[in-house]
Amino acid sequence: MSDITVSPPRPAPRSTWRRVLRGQEIGIFLVLLGMVAFFTLATGGASGTFLKPTNLTNIMLNFSWTAIAAFGMTFVIISAGIDLSVGSVMALAGLAAAFLIARDKSPFLTADGTVSEWAIPLAILAGLAVGALAGFINGLLITFAKLPPFIATLGMLQIARGIVYGLSQGWPIQNLPPNFMTIGRQNIPVAGVNFPLPTVIMLVVGIIAWIFLTRTAWGYRIFAVGGNEQASRLSGISVTRTKIMIYTISGLLAGAGGVLLTARLGVAAPTAAQGYELDVIAAVVVGGTSTSGGEGSILGTLIGAAIMGVLRTGLNLIGVEAYWLPSAQGIIIIAAITLDQWFRRRQGKPTGFAHWFSRGGK
Amino acid sequence: MQTEPILRVQGVSKAFPGVQALTDVDFEAYPGEVVALLGENGAGKSTLMKILAGAYTRDSGHIYLGGEEVELTSPHQAQSLGISIIYQEFNLVPTQTVAANIFTAREPLQPGVGRVVKLVDRRRMEAEAQRLLDIVGAHVSPTALIRSLPVAERQLVEIAKALSFDSRVIIMDEPTSALGKDETEKLFEIIRNLKAQGRAVIFITHRLNEVFRIADRVVVLRDGRLVGTAPIGAVDIDKVIGMMVGRSLSQMYQKEPAQIGDVVLDVKGLARAGAVEDVSFQLRRGEILGFAGLVGAGRTETARLLFGADARDAGEIWIDGRQPEIHSPEDAIRAGISLVPEDRGSQGLVLLLSVFKNEVLPNLSPHSRLGLLDGATLERQAAEYVQRLNIRTPSLEQKVMYLSGGNQQKVVLAKWLMSNPKVLILDEPTRGIDVGAKSEIYALMSQLARSGMGIIMISSELPEILAMSDRVLVMCEGRVTGILNRDELQNQEAAQEIIMSYATRHAVEGVPA
Repeated sequence: MSDITVSPPRPAPRSTWRRVLRGQEIGIFLVLLGMVAFFTLATGGASGTFLKPTNLTNIMLNFSWTAIAAFGMTFVIISAGIDLSVGSVMALAGLAAAFLIARDKSPFLTADGTVSEWAIPLAILAGLAVGALAGFINGLLITFAKLPPFIATLGMLQIARGIVYGLSQGWPIQNLPPNFMTIGRQNIPVAGVNFPLPTVIMLVVGIIAWIFLTRTAWGYRIFAVGGNEQASRLSGISVTRTKIMIYTISGLLAGAGGVLLTARLGVAAPTAAQGYELDVIAAVVVGGTSTSGGEGSILGTLIGAAIMGVLRTGLNLIGVEAYWLPSAQGIIIIAAITLDQWFRRRQGKPTGFAHWFSRGGK
Repeated sequence: MQTEPILRVQGVSKAFPGVQALTDVDFEAYPGEVVALLGENGAGKSTLMKILAGAYTRDSGHIYLGGEEVELTSPHQAQSLGISIIYQEFNLVPTQTVAANIFTAREPLQPGVGRVVKLVDRRRMEAEAQRLLDIVGAHVSPTALIRSLPVAERQLVEIAKALSFDSRVIIMDEPTSALGKDETEKLFEIIRNLKAQGRAVIFITHRLNEVFRIADRVVVLRDGRLVGTAPIGAVDIDKVIGMMVGRSLSQMYQKEPAQIGDVVLDVKGLARAGAVEDVSFQLRRGEILGFAGLVGAGRTETARLLFGADARDAGEIWIDGRQPEIHSPEDAIRAGISLVPEDRGSQGLVLLLSVFKNEVLPNLSPHSRLGLLDGATLERQAAEYVQRLNIRTPSLEQKVMYLSGGNQQKVVLAKWLMSNPKVLILDEPTRGIDVGAKSEIYALMSQLARSGMGIIMISSELPEILAMSDRVLVMCEGRVTGILNRDELQNQEAAQEIIMSYATRHAVEGVPA
């Protein structure tokens, strides 16, 4: 751009409310409202099926694990990276937890044949740790082995899935203690509405992720690395440390999603969460986080996950067979990225996806 | 001139978000004429050329080609109307052959069925390419890959490509910046040829002496407006510079004497293989040390070693009598060294982020408690520096990409001043920014020196070096070839000659360093 005159200063918007309105989230929030309105009308209006509290909480429950993993993915995509391994890592984390507490597998059986109580928190921690470890390895591969994120995490996708198949020998792990399954099935009453515990956990994780991204030095560094890696380095940011942290968080949150999913289903299946990485990435990009890096938000991702959840349930309610769902999701994803790239071009921002495949990042 | 102009631009304006790049610009180019389009960086030359090349559309105004008004809607269409542009950055595909690049999207096809299935007639394409290469005097095989060619030969391929369109108007954007002396001569020969054929050549350059060798007329832009146009015989270099900058040079540099204090930075035997060898010097508080030399002399590399951006093979860096570990920019910042890098866009700023976020990036650690940032303090400081450096931005939240070059550079300065360095290294601090911002940056440098900061200023502009430096260190081929002290800088003309001789000569024994 040329260096000439600059438009005269105008005061910055002051209130938080105006900041939110100004943000990218408002556009997709309207899309979400539009979809809710459409499905409400299509299913019998305000008193119909769609707006029933149980239906709404069900929708929220169904996208809880996707959203938790998507918060981590938001960090990754803002940093101009991609993490394809989250689905497999979810399964691996769920399996690790299940191994420690399934009645026929657990090393922590008491005399009466039940699993000891303290094994449950241990199993949860193990699931989270396995997820974080997988992410940490992704980070090492990307920074030290200088692999493009696409390749490193594609490899991890296969490796983690292979470990899941190998350890489970292809059989689902069942017989999990009821107290563990409670995490996925408990409801928390808030203002007369029963919110599923996974949804509450998702919201808490979301708030922490939002604070992390917008109020901490680490969050600033994620945006900086995604916007311009070289300038970040020359600003004293350790790009290596930042990236390892980002992928570790992504793995950790995928692990959390995996543990919750296992608790909800009461079984760790070897094929669990297969293809979930695409749902997770979809939630992030539909939520307005730019695939070119440097821009994005947790609130957007939450709305993006909600859009995908509403689509799933809504289509089901209006009688579209579940078989068609992936096509509808695909259309939404393509539309979201096309719009993003188009707006970016108009605003003179960088576009494209080469950074996912490049060794040096952006 | 009696004839009709080939190209006439009338009242062309163009705005970008936040920037009026061109305002009501008129100019003409006649057949057989070489027009030099001049102006500082950001004066609007590139915008104007891109409009003529069909890459941008104008907001208003008219463009006439051979007397007829034309709409230039795409580069392809501009080319087919007879306007070719040779960009400063090359537009060649490195993995393709010379011939394929010259005939991109217009490859000659085999007759008959070949025409239908688009079968390329390679022999004809290569023969035709050879003919064009001969015209420009390039000793390059049409089947050579662009990747394998040196920059100067790529330049000639670009020109051959422009000729292949049989263009009436050929625009060259800084065509000599990558060329050596002989190659430049050859280019001038080609330009004279094009001229003799009755084509118009529009020539953009920063090397003013070239203008007086090749141009018939100068057209000068400043701040997006036409300042004037004159036959080459009616102006001299000083007059042209005056038109370009809009004021005399002496007003621009605001160097005030500062108290020179103790040694703050002591560099001993700095080396990195292939870049820098045995660089030693001292920098005192309050001092501005100019780093002069040709491009590639090792000045930027030295700065990067001091800043920990690259690893050094040997050498000691002492700050205030201590020798801190410097292995990364993080370490250097902690030790009190800051670097304003030479390329704002790719190294100095995260363009997508706001003024605020850019300013605070190097200063996050001291302002975070238990991981949470002290937003209020940071915001207050950031706002303070916006005011102090007179950064023209609508708000702290404005994305840096929408600021002008001068204001972007001030954001880079602000971010480093916030970290309160002892040693500030400025690499080409005024490159590509407008005159007003330039003079503000000079004033700021003076002020910082007076406050006791040690400043290293790398610059390829000798007038800037001479006006602002207390001492000048000259590098050549990775070595320090000489240091001029204050007395030697008094006589500017003599100093200029000494610097040039140091800069062009490898270090000889006995040179004080």
